[in-house]
Amino acid sequence: MEELKGKAWKFGDDISTDHIAPGRLFHLRTDLPELAKHVLEDADPEFASKMKKGDFVVGGRNFGLGSSREHAPRIIKIAGVSAVLAKSFARIFFRNSINVGLPVLVCDTDKIDLGDELEIDLAKGIIKDTTKEIELTFQPLPPAMVRILSDGGIVEHYKKHNGFKLD
Amino acid sequence: MMTITEKIIAAHAGLDKVSPGELVMVDIDLALANDITAPGAIKEFEKIGVEGVFDKKKVVLVPDHFAPNRDVDSAEQCKYVREFARDREVENYFEVGQMGIEHVLLPEKGLVIPGDLVIGADSHTCTYGALGAFSTGMGSTDLAAAFATGDTWLKVPQSIKFNIDGKRKEWVSGKDIILYIIGKIGVDGALYKAMEFTGDTIEGLSMDSRFSICNMAIEAGGKNGIIAVDDRTREYEDGRIDRAYVEYYSDPDAEYADVHNYKAEDIELQVAFPHLPSNTKGISEVGNIPIDQVVIGSCTNGRIEDLREAAKILDGKKVEKNLRVIVIPATQKIYQQAMSEGIIDIFIEAGTAVSTPTCGPCLGGHMGILAAKERCVATTNRNFRGRMGHTDSEVYLSGPAVAAASAITGKITGPADL
Repeated sequence: MEELKGKAWKFGDDISTDHIAPGRLFHLRTDLPELAKHVLEDADPEFASKMKKGDFVVGGRNFGLGSSREHAPRIIKIAGVSAVLAKSFARIFFRNSINVGLPVLVCDTDKIDLGDELEIDLAKGIIKDTTKEIELTFQPLPPAMVRILSDGGIVEHYKKHNGFKLD
Repeated sequence: MMTITEKIIAAHAGLDKVSPGELVMVDIDLALANDITAPGAIKEFEKIGVEGVFDKKKVVLVPDHFAPNRDVDSAEQCKYVREFARDREVENYFEVGQMGIEHVLLPEKGLVIPGDLVIGADSHTCTYGALGAFSTGMGSTDLAAAFATGDTWLKVPQSIKFNIDGKRKEWVSGKDIILYIIGKIGVDGALYKAMEFTGDTIEGLSMDSRFSICNMAIEAGGKNGIIAVDDRTREYEDGRIDRAYVEYYSDPDAEYADVHNYKAEDIELQVAFPHLPSNTKGISEVGNIPIDQVVIGSCTNGRIEDLREAAKILDGKKVEKNLRVIVIPATQKIYQQAMSEGIIDIFIEAGTAVSTPTCGPCLGGHMGILAAKERCVATTNRNFRGRMGHTDSEVYLSGPAVAAASAITGKITGPADL
């Protein structure tokens, strides 16, 4: 897998799917690139306009709690975010992210500040904060999920293996 | 030695035993999506390229979120789901007129029964645990695969036991119990885990209250909520279903990640302040909070018991004149029952608006959106920032008793203070 490089955008604990993709904007749900212009608007109104392709969303605990709406990880990906880092993720958001091919990494995000430049090697499990000159590690994904992610999501995985392949 | 959750997963994985952390493939008894999540699922399903859905009886599609259609876009999405249901001969598609809020409708129709394993593209799919079933929410793409294959992968969750004993205070319902628990453990207090509810207080609760409790397991991060079958469950299922069901019980020596014991006597009516369901206070600690709107309904509290409780309080009273009060029976059957019991008359006499079933305002969809700075007391399940409308609006979560009493006074109020 490629090396990811970009700037850190910090968010707090308990960022909900309503922060990421609020129901009041669901008239845009058939036009995800348009909805992506509002991504995380209720947590940081300037994020969508200021972030650059390749940047990282860096949350605290329980990132993505709430609804099962898959628009949430999809528009983060469409906006150009290369990975979401958090201390922990809500279950459905985590699963949806893998299914749509958005890397979600569990690590100690307290060590990262807004604006830090990060380089992430997904295969090696290493996050380099080149601003602070420190290295962090993230919990490796179970092999079954790495396979789904590298196959390009659950649908492609299913087609490739003619079913699910857990081991 | 297994918990009820582990036993249901093992049975559907064709295994004698499963342990927390294990990844297993499981057969699905029911796969659900709504008008928000089904279009995405259908799009992905078509990419898989199978001939049809795995079982025409086991796929359920309910247009309930933005239906009756709130705008042209919703109309197109509902049409897409309707046409898929027709083309693929999905038997359990519920059109406006028969439709209800999915998590109230499915148990009412007898589509979910004890011992089932259900997945749904809706986070509140965990509601059906009240029937002694395993049910959990996923996203559209997982459901697409499930529509095609009839199976899915699961990580077996650890379980946490919540044991509640003692006599409930007056007006305290399942909603207050689950808000109290979420207030104690936080919105990630049960992250990835099964929440198993036991104790004589739970045994004494109606099915409607049990549904409210399991419905909000997700609000503590839980994978599922579950309550074992007892006589009340059997009575509920009697005459409702045409499939035989299996009752599962946790072994006495089953392993739990944690056990919490609570006394019902300590639980007063609860209110969750903005912007998290864990931000709870007892009604005696709320203070003076004027409000602009009250919503009574949703998959958490739109059942007949909730409407009865609200009607008891609103009977012969008037809604405060500056307030909008919206009541949404969760299904057509509940609506009809409320009419025949005179409950709808009470609501209309009191000055509330009664709506056809819809998820509507709960997710800021339609039927009661908030303006900036407005406050709403809602019997719904989430009070995240911007959930019911403007980013600067506020949602206070409660059970039906507090919502109805607040409707009369125009500020957050318990029935004892009327």
